[in-house]
Amino acid sequence: MKSLAELAAIREKMKNRVVLREGQGDIRVVVGMATCGIAAGARPVLSAFVEGVANEGLSDKVTVTQTGCIGICQYEPVVEVFESGKEKVTYVKMTADKAKEVIEKHLKGGSPVVEYTIGNNQ
Amino acid sequence: MKELSLNVLDVAKNSVKAGAKNVGIKITETEETLTLSISDDGCGMTPEFLKNVTDPFCTTRTTRAVGLGIPLLKLQAEQTGGSLSIESRHESLFPEDHGTTTTAVFYKNHIDMTPLGDICGSVVTLIQGSPDIDFLFIHRSPDFDVKLDTKELREVLGEDVPLDNAEVLMWITENLKEQYNQSL
Repeated sequence: MKSLAELAAIREKMKNRVVLREGQGDIRVVVGMATCGIAAGARPVLSAFVEGVANEGLSDKVTVTQTGCIGICQYEPVVEVFESGKEKVTYVKMTADKAKEVIEKHLKGGSPVVEYTIGNNQ
Repeated sequence: MKELSLNVLDVAKNSVKAGAKNVGIKITETEETLTLSISDDGCGMTPEFLKNVTDPFCTTRTTRAVGLGIPLLKLQAEQTGGSLSIESRHESLFPEDHGTTTTAVFYKNHIDMTPLGDICGSVVTLIQGSPDIDFLFIHRSPDFDVKLDTKELREVLGEDVPLDNAEVLMWITENLKEQYNQSL
């Protein structure tokens, strides 16, 4: 059973790392999670980003957040990637598998997966 | 919505938007019914807004004038022979004791019952999206009793580690899954 003791262990482990993380996180992944996004399947997309970023050790560089309706409901699940100094990238009709590819090629590799962007899906 | 747990995620976000500090998600099952109750201490709704809240053209969102969260939940409850009710106390009338409780009753053996689905995923997603809000999740049935209180987790984690820390979220997911599995 996942005990509270294990949670306390996470706290101990994180203590030293918290200070390091401040002011970094220069990539922001934003998942649309209004009624339209949720109904279209945004929850597994968000989970894939949260888990993927943690498992790939990208937590210092990438923050994953949720937002409301972006206004393009027909393209949900929509994911926006903001990176300082670069143009915003908007991914549409996302799935958990596509999210994994975006983590690998875009967040890790630095080049957007053009195939899944809004420009390629109109 | 393909899963009731997605409605939970959607409707609980209204509580977040209402500025709630505490959100309770309670699912109580009997052999025949499933009752979902989402309660918060947010700003509440005015009596006029409450009257229209199941109308799809009543919404707080600004990108367009349609809101389907509550109407969808109502439809899904009613198509099983169940019902939806909302009680709300707006902060202008109840400065000390405001908030909203949305209750939906489902007859779960009805052929049009929406399956609950991945409720653990919804609870974790809510915590990830609003790590500063306290969520109390309770799921009771004749066979099991599952509970997660973020207040208890916060006590253990202190101020150093936020609830949206990836390892904490994984702990919560595992903890919930184990609670469900234990009772099987």
